[in-house]
Formats: sequence, structure tokens, C-alpha cells
Amino acid sequence: MAKLPKPEELLQLNYNPPPSEDWMDRPVELKQGNFCWGAKGKNLAVVEFPNARDWTPVEADWKLPKDWEGTVLEAMADRLSKYRSFKVFMDICVRCGACADKCHFFIGGGDPKNMPVLRAELMRSVYRKYFTNSGKYLGRLAGARELNLNVLKEWWYYFYQCTECRRCSVFCPYGIDTAEITMMAREFTNLLGLNTDWISGPVANCYMKGNHLGLEPHAIMNSIEGMIDDIETITGIRINPSFNRKGAEILFVTPSGDLFADPGTFTAMGYMMLFHELGLDYTWSTYASEGGNFGFFTSNEMAKRLNAKIYAEAKRLGVKYIIGGECGHMWRVLNQYMDTWNGPADFMEVPKSPITGTVFDNAASTKMIHVTEFTADLIKNGKLKLDPSRNDDLVITYHDSCNTARGMGLLDEPRYIIHNVCNKFHEMPDNTIRERTFCCGSGTGLNASENMDIRMRGGYPRANAVKHVRDKHGVNMLANICAIDRATLSASMDYWVPGVRVTGVHELVANALLMTGEKERETNLRGEPLPGKGGNE
Amino acid sequence: MKTVLPFFAVVILVLFPLFGVTVAHQTEIFFGVIVPYAAMAIFVVGFLYRVAKWGKSPVPFCIPTTCGQQKSLPWIKQDKLENPSTTMQVVGRMLLEVLVFRSLFRNMKTEMKEGKAVYGSEKLLWLAGLAFHWSFLFIFVRHYRFFVQDLPSVIQMMEGVDSFFQIGAPLFYMTDAVILGAVTFLLIRRVYLPQIRYISLAADFFPLFLILAIAISGILMRYFFKVHIVAVKQLALGLVSLNPIIPEGIGAIFYVHLFLICVLLMYFPFSKLMHMGGVFLSPTRNMANNSRIVRYINPWNYPVHVHTYEEYENDFRDKMKKAGLPVEKE
Amino acid sequence: MYNSGKIIAGLVVFFFLATLPFLLNFGKANAKIEPSIDTPEINAMPKKHCVEPKAFMRSEHMQLLNNWRDQVVRNGNRIYVGSDGNEYTISLQNTCMKCHSNKKKFCDKCHNYMAVKPYCWGCHIAPKEKEA
Repeated sequence: MAKLPKPEELLQLNYNPPPSEDWMDRPVELKQGNFCWGAKGKNLAVVEFPNARDWTPVEADWKLPKDWEGTVLEAMADRLSKYRSFKVFMDICVRCGACADKCHFFIGGGDPKNMPVLRAELMRSVYRKYFTNSGKYLGRLAGARELNLNVLKEWWYYFYQCTECRRCSVFCPYGIDTAEITMMAREFTNLLGLNTDWISGPVANCYMKGNHLGLEPHAIMNSIEGMIDDIETITGIRINPSFNRKGAEILFVTPSGDLFADPGTFTAMGYMMLFHELGLDYTWSTYASEGGNFGFFTSNEMAKRLNAKIYAEAKRLGVKYIIGGECGHMWRVLNQYMDTWNGPADFMEVPKSPITGTVFDNAASTKMIHVTEFTADLIKNGKLKLDPSRNDDLVITYHDSCNTARGMGLLDEPRYIIHNVCNKFHEMPDNTIRERTFCCGSGTGLNASENMDIRMRGGYPRANAVKHVRDKHGVNMLANICAIDRATLSASMDYWVPGVRVTGVHELVANALLMTGEKERETNLRGEPLPGKGGNE
Repeated sequence: MKTVLPFFAVVILVLFPLFGVTVAHQTEIFFGVIVPYAAMAIFVVGFLYRVAKWGKSPVPFCIPTTCGQQKSLPWIKQDKLENPSTTMQVVGRMLLEVLVFRSLFRNMKTEMKEGKAVYGSEKLLWLAGLAFHWSFLFIFVRHYRFFVQDLPSVIQMMEGVDSFFQIGAPLFYMTDAVILGAVTFLLIRRVYLPQIRYISLAADFFPLFLILAIAISGILMRYFFKVHIVAVKQLALGLVSLNPIIPEGIGAIFYVHLFLICVLLMYFPFSKLMHMGGVFLSPTRNMANNSRIVRYINPWNYPVHVHTYEEYENDFRDKMKKAGLPVEKE
Repeated sequence: MYNSGKIIAGLVVFFFLATLPFLLNFGKANAKIEPSIDTPEINAMPKKHCVEPKAFMRSEHMQLLNNWRDQVVRNGNRIYVGSDGNEYTISLQNTCMKCHSNKKKFCDKCHNYMAVKPYCWGCHIAPKEKEA
């Protein structure tokens, strides 16, 4: 792997493409550090995907199936007839350029084909050639070009450089959403066996073992046991969560990343401490042990196949409703897709908080609420005893995840919680939060280690805004509600804004939470001395 | 190439009727009757066809782009226009989008300054776009004085507003200046801004040149090379009452203006100009974010192969039992 | 889902708006418009002529009148020399309307047809209608 250049070197950018060049003449060049390794045959075979074989993107021969062009064009015709979004977005772009400088990859990388409009044109040019008369007869003059191996490589390179964050869609006067086009491109490439190892591995894991990390039932329990030990050390309270328990009121589903690595594990500890304090009748599932959905970065069908487990498990266990943990794309799927794919969830009841009696009408059909909705309601009703000063060593800012912001609108719930569990909070500039938030740079399965160059570039706009509040207000902690963020923003902060760490919102909650019967806490969940307790005061 | 070719295409489209009616005034029936009828038919049928074609594809998922706070707990203020949850709220969002280009108003410009990215205000594109579309609509409606015998007072009022300053005779219309300015701005930015130039196609320059030519020919006709205006209205009324006539002595520039408009109408359904209809069909804008409240139905939803709990337990039963997990089958 | 109802409703509105001129004129006759110069004064002229040739007057009269107004009001000049070399008094009421004493059948004929409302008569008083 090429060594990552220094931040200042990475930012030697020119946003202006060469004036006399036509983008169709710019050959695709797979730059090291900007793409992920190819999918392994065995992982594709597990989920019965076509053309399952090992392949290497940098090699000339991609081991494509015979008549792959026909396969793609046939699939394109099929998706055009199934998705109005795809069809309309192929036709109505006027290339006004409002989206051009809104993509985090363009801002941090300057590659003109990372302008959302041009990323979409990579696909549109082929659409015009085979599906419009002007493209058929006028060819390049009408912006049309033939599908060939170079185009396919360009598709693969750039559509696996889009994190489906939808920021461009916010600024588009017609709401053209590049995510919709990227999803189609990924459907097509998956028909040819062209996925990445970092996506297809988790997909295969999740399909067979229930979660992306491939944690088997006992491993999940071991991981949680470890957290329980830590919680006991810190609070003196022994928590006893249940697994696969029939008859529980609530099924709790969260991304498996929270069970595996810091700082996600602290968030998972936070959930458990909160639920314990409330005496909540809930259970974990080892079968539906994944909230996230890497199938969503593969194909619509694969996403549905993975998502099906959540409702299936809720039905098997006979729970009344489901609470979902802090995760970004998980909530895009749960909000906009799950019920349509795998509903109706008529075997459950409309979620009702057993503590406050609040009925969550906004989840009347899906029967699944976000944990921050649940917790915000608790705080509003005064059901939690909180000591925000325990978080006083933290100066916090909050990062909206792309999907919860632009695919749901969960903006004020986490902020309300943070305001109640912390004393020191500063927003990043308006242009970089809420619906205009920047991607962490590594969503949609881009959080591998071999593509650090593009990840750091994509992460730059977010990091840039964090740097602004770090320099201005001394911010040292970046809160968020996304498991991928917790993993990837840590790397991006280390690179761009050293000294700022990353936390889930429920880690902050648990730190501030005064639990019944707890001992005098000396440390926070990370084992660091609480303010006023340590030697460094 | 992508700039020059559309320019010359429009030049040829100007010269064609100009020479036609100058050299042989018999061609007036072609430019004054046949082409307009064909253009109107192509426009109306083509537009209906294109929208119907979009409509034939379903919207399988509820995918609004949410740009504000969702509807959740009663004490959290929902942003009803940016994140609508009911049909009326969606109508409000769409009205903002269609009438005042809400999304484009968010536009800003990213620049690298002193080694970091900064985002500056950039409202010119929004302003020019709004000025262009609104003046186009105003001018279009004003032209109704050629198509009806008794002009409704609303349109007379619009004319009055448009010529409010009572400059010159015939009175100067402000929208004429606005549309020229706006189209010129849109054209210049397409040529001079490196990013926009890079993404532009011939199909982006052609309609700009065409609309510019239409506006210029109309302005020349009104203020400089005047035509027999009563005869123009007789021709127009003849067309729309299906009794076409070609009055004498209208003037060649009128046929240039009319022909360019006909070209625009014929080009419309086959081009990006269909964004006029498409904006209403954009699923990221015209849907309510209520998919957790009401189940959204996908007409082609089909059963998929899943890894069932039973299969999972079969794979891991021993490990589960060892870990103390409950199992369905011993 | 398809939203067929909404799309069809939208297309009906589009069709209605796009064909509105045809609907408004359905079955209406296309009147022939010719301003009348049949007045006693014009009929009495040995050789019928205006201050400028007919074709010029037809398309440029508004500009001519505008210039006349400026000449009188701003420059105090009341003499106009036509392209035929003759001198004319610059006056709407005493020159133009002296011959064209039939405002309704002359001025208004086209102005009404074209839905033009010149603001001449905001200040000037229209002369009594005369007809031959």
C-alpha cells in the first residue's frame, strides 16, 4: 500500500479541470489508495452471486463473464422500468453545476469525475447511447458513448468512490440523488462479480452468521461479557443482559461494530447501562445481530435478504417492538426500506415507552424506534438522574450522519440528549451540519485500509469543520450516532485534527447517568479519571 | 466543439426562414402554418409521452431527501416544509421548489483559501435561474394578446407592470432586458467557469443559444425592425382558430422569431428541457417522509432467499447450547 | 407506487394549458381588421396623404407621436418636416385628429384588436366622432 502523504501535501488541489479537455477523453486510472481490493469468490458464492471468482482490480483481465455488456444493458433496461428515480434522474439533469463542489470527495480530492454531476454522467452517457434516439444517432455530440471495458472500469472506480451520502441531492434543484445512480451502478457491477472485498466479506458474514464481523453466537456473548466486567469495575453494578429471549418486550438491534472495537464498545456499554437502570425488558439477538446492512451497498435484493432477519427474529421472539441503536445507513434502511421490503410488521405493537408511557406514533407501522428518540423522551420526562459535570473534561461537537440527516431527519433528538448530559457543546459551522452535513468519507463500505488516500480526502471536509471548532472552542470530542463514523472518524481525526476523539452519544449518556446503587465512580467508561478525580487536575 | 456547433446550428436556424421568406414568399405558408402546427403537435404529444413514460416506472421506495427535522416526539419542532410528513406539507415543499427554486437557493461555493476549504455564499446562479424562468413565463403569458380577441384584464395588468416605467414607444418591457441578461449570464458562466465548462454538453449550449436568438429576434421586432403587427395577430388567431391564413406584408423577422420558437417546441420533449415536467416527478422531493408511519408498497416486491433462523440454529446449535443460549430444537 | 392519478391530473392540466389558445378560439371567426380613413376631411383632400407614407405610419406612428410630444414639450418646437419636404404643425389634436376625426374606427380599431392601450388620451381629449 502506498504511504499516505502528509495532510498539507494531500491538500495540494486544483478544483478547476483542464480547460480544453473533454472528460470522455480522460482515461480511467486506478490510483493506489483510491480503491478497495476485489471481492473474493468464496464470499460471493455464499450469497449465490454470479461470476464468483477471485479477481484483482489492477490486473488487465477482470475475468468478466461472456457478453457482460448484454448483461449490463439488460439490467439497465430492467432497472429503468422498476425505478422512476433512475429513469427521471437519467433524463432531467440540466448540468447547472450546483452539485459540483458539494461532494466531499471532490472537495478533498479535486478529481473532476467526483463532481456528482459528472459521476452521474458516467452512467448517463451509456444510457443515452442505448436508450435514447439522440444518443443512438448523434453519439458523442449528444453526450453518448458506448459501453466498453474502459467505461466499466471507470464505473467501478468512481461508483465505489461515492458514499451515497445524498449531499448533492440537497442542493440539486430537481433533487437528483447520486445515491440512486450509484446504487444502480453497484447492482450492475454485482451482476459481473465486481464487488469489493470489504463489502462482500461483511455481506457473506452477515448472511451466514447474522452480523458483518462474522461474530458467532458465543463470540457475541463473550464480547458483551467483557463489557459487563468493565461496567462492574467502573460502577460496581453487575448487569445481566439476555440473549435470544422469547417473550421480551423489546428486541434491541445495533450495528455489530459496537460489539467489537473502541470507541463503539463504549457506546454499547452505554446502551446496556441505560437499559439496566430503567429495568427495561429487552433482549439481544445473535441471529439478528446486525443493525447495519452492507447488502445495501451491493444490491437491493441483497439488502432485503439481510434486513429480513430483523422482523423474522422479532416475530420468532414475540417482542412488542424494536429499538435500534446508533447507526447511520442502518436508519436509512429502517426508515425508508425495511417495512416496504419485509413488512407489514403487524405482529408487533406501536412502540410505547414502558417508562414514560409515550407512544411513538412516528413508528406506527415499522414498530421500530431510534434509541435517541427513546432516550430524549426519557430525559424530557425527567426519568433519568444525570450529572453532566462528569463529562466536563470533554468539549463536544456533534456530527450528523449522512443517512440520519438526509434520509430521515433525526437532527434534534441527539442534540437534545447531548445538551442534557454535557455542559460544553459547540456546533460546527452551519454549512457543515444538519442536512448539509459532510460524510465521514468512508461510508457505503469504503472503510477499508487499502483505500486510505480516498478515505482521508473524503473525510477532509468533515475534519476541516471539526478543526475549526477545535481551534475556536477547544473541542476535543466528536459525538455522533453512527458505528461507521466511530470507526472511520477516529482515523480521519488522527490524520487531520489530532487530539480530537470520537464518541457515541450513549457513551456520554452513560457517563452522566447516576445509576441506582452505583459506587462513587472514579473513571469514565474509557477508564480515564473523571474530572476532579484524577491526578491531572 | 460543444460550444461552436450549437452556435452555428442556431445561426442556420435563423438564416433558413430569413432566406426562405425573402427569396420566395410562398414559403410563408411553410413557416407560418405547417411548421407551427407540427411544432405544437410534437410538443404536446411529446411532452405527454415523456411524462407518461416516466410514470410507467413505479417508485418502489419512499426516498425523500430530508432537509430538516423529522416528525418525531411532539415537543420536537418538525420542519414541515423541508421534511414533510403529510401530502399538504409535500405540496408546500414542491411549491417552494418550483416557484422559488428552494434547493438552488442553498447553493454555495467551495474554495481553498489559506490551505483550507471555505464555503462562500453563491446566490448568482439561483438569481439568474429565477430571473430567467420568471421572465420567460411573463413573456409567454404576455404573448396571449396575440391569441385571444379580448385580452383578460389580468394579462393587461401584467403588461402594465412589465412596462411600468413607460420608457419609449412601444413601451419598453423590463422582462425583455431581464431575460437577455439572465440567459447571457447563464451562457457566460458555462463558458468561463472551468467546472461548468467541463461538465457541459452541446445539448446545454444549444437551448441557451436558441432562447437567446428567440429573445433577440423578438426584441428587434418590437423595438427596431417593426412588423405589421395586426397581420401577425391575424396569423396567430388563424392558427389557433384552425382557419390558418397568411396575411401579406408581415416582415421576414417575424418568421425568424416564429420558426425559432417552433424549433424550441419541437426540441423540448427530446431534451433536458423536460426538467419542467420532471421536477414534479422527482421522488426525493415529492414524497412525504412518513414511511415509518404508513407502510409504503413496492409493486414489484418479490420474495427473496434468506438465511432463516432455523438454518442459523442448525449451523450453530452446539455452540449456542454451550454458551447457554436457548434453542428451538435440542 | 405509480401515483397514476396525480400524474394524469397533472398531464390534463398541462394539456389544458398548452392548448388553451385553441380552446379559447374554438369556432370563432378571424375578423378582418382595417382602420377606416373614411372621414369628411380625408375625403376632401385632393391627394390623400399623411405626414409620412402609409407603411411607415403603420409601424412607426407610436414612435413618431412620442418624438412629437418630446419636441413640443421639451424643445418647444412645433414644426415637423416630413420626408416629402412639407412642413406640418406638431399637434395630435390639430394635425392628426383633424383628418382622422374617427378615433373609434381608426385608432381604436387596431388598438382594441391588439389590446394596446396608448396613454395619449390620458391627457388629450378625444375629438367628436365624425364620419362621412
